[in-house]
Amino acid sequence: MIFDKITKSAHTLSLGIDVGSTTAKLALVDAGKCIYSTYERHFARIRQTLSRMLSDAKKVIGEREFTVAVSGSAGLGLAEAAEIPFVQEVWATSEVIKKMDPDTSVVIELGGEDAKIIFFDGGTDERMNGTCAGGTGAFIDQMASLLDVSPDELDVLALEHKKIYPIASRCGVFAKTDVQPLLNQGASKADIAASIYQAVVNQTIAGLAQGRRIEGRVMFLGGPLYFCRGLRERFVETLRLDEEHAIFPDYARNAVSLGAALYSEKACEKKYKITELIGLIENAKINSTSTRTAPLFENEEEYKEFAARHAKAAVEIKSLDDYSGKAYIGIDCGSTTTKLTVIGEDNEILYTYYDSNRGNPVEIVKAELAEIYKKCSDRVKIAGSAVTGYGEDLIRHAFSVDYGIVETIAHYTAAKYFKPEVDFILDIGGQDIKCFKIRNGAVDRIMLNEACSSGCGSFIETFANSMHLSAADFAKKALFAAAPVNLGSRCTVFMNSQVKQSQKDGATVEDISAGLSISVVKNAIYKVIRAHSADELGENIVVQGGTFNNDAVLRAFEREIGRDCVRPTIAGLMGAYGAALYSKTKAEETGEDSRIISQASLKVFTHQSKTTTCRGCTNNCLLTVNTFSGGERFISGNKCEKGAGNSSAVDGVPNLHEYKRNKLLSMCPTASAVDKTKIAPRGMIGLPLCLGMYELLPLWVGIFENLGFTPVSSGMSSKKIYEKGQFSIPSDTACYPAKIMHGHIEVLCENGIDTIFYPRLTWNIDEGMSDNHYNCPVVAYYSELLWGNMDSLKEKGRRFLYPYLCLDNEKELSAGIYKEFSPLYPDMKKSEVRAAVKAGFEKLKKYMDRVKKEGEYALRYARENSMPIMILAGRPYHADAEIGHGIDKLAVSLGFVVVSEDSVYHLAETPEVKVLNQWTYHSRLYRSAEFAAQNDDVQLVQLVSFGCGVDAITTDEVKRILESQGKYYTQIKIDEIANLGAVKIRLRSLAAVL
Amino acid sequence: MNKKFVEFTSDMKDTHTILIPNMLPIHFKLVKRILENYGYKAELLETEGAHIAETGLKYVHNDTCYPAILVIGQMMDALLSGKYDLNKTALMLFQTGGGCRASNYVSLMRKALVNAGMEQIPVIPLSFAGIEKHSGFDFSVGMIVRMACGILYGDFMMSLANQVRTYEINKGDVAALCDKWTEKLVGEMADSGISFGRMKKNYAAIIRDFAAIPRENKKAVKVGVVGEIYVKFSPLGNNNLEKFLVSEGAEVVLPGLVDFFNYCFYNGIMDYKLYGHNFKGYLFNKAAFEFLCALQADQIKAIKKEGTFRPMTPFKHTLELTKGYIGHGTKMGEGWLLSAEMLELADSGVMNIVCTQPFGCLPNHICGKGMMKPIKESIPEANIVAIDYDAGASAVNQENRLKLMLSSARAALEEKEDA
Repeated sequence: MIFDKITKSAHTLSLGIDVGSTTAKLALVDAGKCIYSTYERHFARIRQTLSRMLSDAKKVIGEREFTVAVSGSAGLGLAEAAEIPFVQEVWATSEVIKKMDPDTSVVIELGGEDAKIIFFDGGTDERMNGTCAGGTGAFIDQMASLLDVSPDELDVLALEHKKIYPIASRCGVFAKTDVQPLLNQGASKADIAASIYQAVVNQTIAGLAQGRRIEGRVMFLGGPLYFCRGLRERFVETLRLDEEHAIFPDYARNAVSLGAALYSEKACEKKYKITELIGLIENAKINSTSTRTAPLFENEEEYKEFAARHAKAAVEIKSLDDYSGKAYIGIDCGSTTTKLTVIGEDNEILYTYYDSNRGNPVEIVKAELAEIYKKCSDRVKIAGSAVTGYGEDLIRHAFSVDYGIVETIAHYTAAKYFKPEVDFILDIGGQDIKCFKIRNGAVDRIMLNEACSSGCGSFIETFANSMHLSAADFAKKALFAAAPVNLGSRCTVFMNSQVKQSQKDGATVEDISAGLSISVVKNAIYKVIRAHSADELGENIVVQGGTFNNDAVLRAFEREIGRDCVRPTIAGLMGAYGAALYSKTKAEETGEDSRIISQASLKVFTHQSKTTTCRGCTNNCLLTVNTFSGGERFISGNKCEKGAGNSSAVDGVPNLHEYKRNKLLSMCPTASAVDKTKIAPRGMIGLPLCLGMYELLPLWVGIFENLGFTPVSSGMSSKKIYEKGQFSIPSDTACYPAKIMHGHIEVLCENGIDTIFYPRLTWNIDEGMSDNHYNCPVVAYYSELLWGNMDSLKEKGRRFLYPYLCLDNEKELSAGIYKEFSPLYPDMKKSEVRAAVKAGFEKLKKYMDRVKKEGEYALRYARENSMPIMILAGRPYHADAEIGHGIDKLAVSLGFVVVSEDSVYHLAETPEVKVLNQWTYHSRLYRSAEFAAQNDDVQLVQLVSFGCGVDAITTDEVKRILESQGKYYTQIKIDEIANLGAVKIRLRSLAAVL
Repeated sequence: MNKKFVEFTSDMKDTHTILIPNMLPIHFKLVKRILENYGYKAELLETEGAHIAETGLKYVHNDTCYPAILVIGQMMDALLSGKYDLNKTALMLFQTGGGCRASNYVSLMRKALVNAGMEQIPVIPLSFAGIEKHSGFDFSVGMIVRMACGILYGDFMMSLANQVRTYEINKGDVAALCDKWTEKLVGEMADSGISFGRMKKNYAAIIRDFAAIPRENKKAVKVGVVGEIYVKFSPLGNNNLEKFLVSEGAEVVLPGLVDFFNYCFYNGIMDYKLYGHNFKGYLFNKAAFEFLCALQADQIKAIKKEGTFRPMTPFKHTLELTKGYIGHGTKMGEGWLLSAEMLELADSGVMNIVCTQPFGCLPNHICGKGMMKPIKESIPEANIVAIDYDAGASAVNQENRLKLMLSSARAALEEKEDA
């Protein structure tokens, strides 16, 4: 590589060192030319790696003297300790580009865990991803290992894709939640690979560009963009760049180290020789600022005693090869792994399988069944079978498995076998944390991790792999770590940067492994279970799930709760074992033969999957159609039963969310469908149908119709609408309903609506049932942000009206509207406004009354037909098809009558609330929770938007209200996630415990 | 809200120690000493370390805002430490009112106490959203005025201290001077009450003392800090941001606490102007607002007269700067004040700005991150970095972003000097 432009000063030698989160890079610049550059993964052994890389560079440098500077997120501590100048990496990049390619407009640099963007046009603006943004390179690695391919193979796959699936782009954990079910449903790996890259692209646009458009000559830097052609392709296509405007320079990987070399010429006062530098780096004493905790085991004896105690919770193991008699198969098709057990008549285990499902559980189960049949020969008869887990539906259809059971039941069945008096089960699997509290022999309370903290089990595994260690070896290292790192207890994305910090401080792999184990445990106890003390968990605790095979995790758990617990030796197989036990009991009860696929049919079994879009309704679900030999089809990806061809099953069952959607849509025409020949004299006024508009639409429609406008709405949300507006979102951690608002505004603008109205409303309607009646800050003032960040609102001829209004009474609202509108419409009279506001309030009241009436009808319907009732509670805008992800339809298909919080809250009094009850929407939540608490046949499921700060307060209260009457509390966190697999388990668990 | 609460009764005044979480080191020392002059036993919690957030996470919903986790964590950590007699301890908590979830701090604190089996401990809220009656705690006019003066003095010293600290030759001079004046001012207020004439004299004397501290003659980049009130000010909340910036050779510019009070009063004025709400409240708020503005004007005058230091911006000017960006009715949390402070810093030539916010702070989506694009569009030199603070956020990520901001800041400074 030759960089003539790089430096003015001839005859100088300078070295740049860039230590990122995963790789180390060197660049040597001699008299303006880069004469040497290297790039290596450091596996957290920074000093060792660097010292080796520098020794290699010796042959080029020889005895010459040079200047040096360090850059990179993991280079900071090193630079300080070795007293070498440090330069911030984005700064270094920006310096290099200014010199090398001065006509660059934008630089996008993706690193191991950081993503950066630099805008050069119109004032340099440099940005890095915030704390809540999954890594990029590390994220791709993580996804590759999920697909069981190398990052290189992932890239090759991506180039062959035919289809892009929506994958949440906010953070790695979310994306994983989307990828997993796609895998389980048999979507093609090529399509998933490209979709993963697309998620990275979307993340960069939404999370980094934050309202600035990426245009002009765009330079792509960093390892992932250097290696992954598929990723490049996604960027180029999404940003609509041609060859001239998308630049992938050959120094992409080494830009930062080059920048550091340049910087050293100015900043490094001293000249070094290579041996001296190696010495400095090897001896650098890095000060530790991260906190440490006590070791897991003091000594070998302590560990031995511990291991012996747990070895007792065993089940008899025999071999299927020697067994004869009846056998029962249990399959647990989990999120990352497939587990399978075959048991005999005395519940002994005859055969087990536990492995990553490598993205294709159908093939794995097929191979395993073939193996089992082979071993069975004529001696053994398969007398029953059951399947549980994420892939339950798919596997049951593929192989005609006798029973499909909810995971909770499977796990409880197994745990009871080991400890009949069990009162608490904690299962930490690859991606889920599940806790069940058992009371009177039944599962009483279920706690599942919210999407944002999941991934813990597989996180350890991925982390181990990134250090070139197997999960088991990595776990072993933790046992005798001298000083485990304190990594906090939040989501794993945060843990990544904590690990980075501890690496900077010189933590060993042992300490990190132990620290991760402790974090997983703390996460489970304080985040998922939200326990204040060990006594809350129970006295007889069974822990299970693959993650507990890790002795370090188990030890950390026992230490944290200060109590011994039972970990069955088959901790990772409990779901499958439970399923097998269940099928055995069932078979014995019914006396029926197993219908599982026969050995002969299995031999000719084939499986094909293809994708298609469902046209059953406006949700436009992406369906995966699995076709098995014999022509049986299984459709997944559908939100309701319609896609699966069962439309009749749910017709006529009341669903208040659907009712509200239809009501609101019929209230005024949508921007794309409005009849432009029939416009009222004052023209059209656009109402973005999201956030507060979701309830107040009737009010504004009523007012504007009576004022001589034609009100038009932006219509129902969709993923497409979100994507339309994602370019202008400045804060990517705001809630999805807020972020989708940008798309609604774009829809109105695209359709030529020139006057758009979304008022600032500090207060909502006062329903007289709470201490105050505020809106949340986002609902109240989001229009400020829209005005500041959306260029389309500032286009010529467009007006965005967002007055401060108060809805307390007609007089105040009239005054506010008159003040805003009379300067724009001088002929508008005060009396006219007064009359319109009166009509608006009447229309609103009529709508709200209709919703309540419909709610009462739904209750009657349910009771007449003996159906369970679900209050799907949240905010009015959670009824939206995209924001609510069709959870309402899913609930109906599971046999519930669905009502909304605003259709039933009037049936109960405001309960005593231990927090400030000052938001209108939330006080309805409390009242509807009270209603659920008082009625046996009513369940409440709370929908919570990710990032909703106010719900951190309300969820605990709603839970308390429900539990005070012995009711279950179920919470579903929703975001951009489009997959309902996890939600299904939750709702099915709820249905199962009723 | 739960209407029943444990009262701080009059006998508790003699028996109980009131714990106060520290937010602003200089101001809160003054407030504490004023409380002591009124016969209360008070203790400022200055504990730090990761275990505080961890204790907080145990007692507060993990998605609650970080300041609540820290403040409650700090309180619980103290109560659990065994250092205090739980039957002779009370807590004092500051909270804002309004539509922000932060108005729930006191409720959450009480919930945490119940969960820990310490429900007997009284919590005294200091709030703008109405004051609970605690027979043992008398919010007399004299005390409120003294506290207001304490905060004014606090702002004054903080502003001067920040202008000297980066340059002080003998490390520790600034801190010693602040302590000296805190004692002196509190003693004076106890002995002879408040006199605005004496305040002016004190200002002049304080300026003289600060100006007399030996300073290096160097050019430092100026970095303004704005944001959610707790993480902006509290070293515990922002991982010792001020210390870090000073160690990087920057001069920290912190808008004062009085601005926040003025913002609250001004919101009362706006409620009347926009919606015709509460005329009585309007009159009170207007009076308080004008009063604080007048007192701030004295400070500005004193600093200008002496000439060594940069005076604070008159709040009425700060107020005007938001025009075209954000309305004065946008008031939850720090609301429009946050945008106003960024604009005020840029207006007074401090282009480098750290916008601190607790992760997921709702008002700051709008008033902080939401205003950066329009501000940068009209002030291209503005070099703003948003930093999220959170129990799980790592200091290395935060420092890396700050370093990026500082690199640009230094380059801009060099360019200016070259020109």
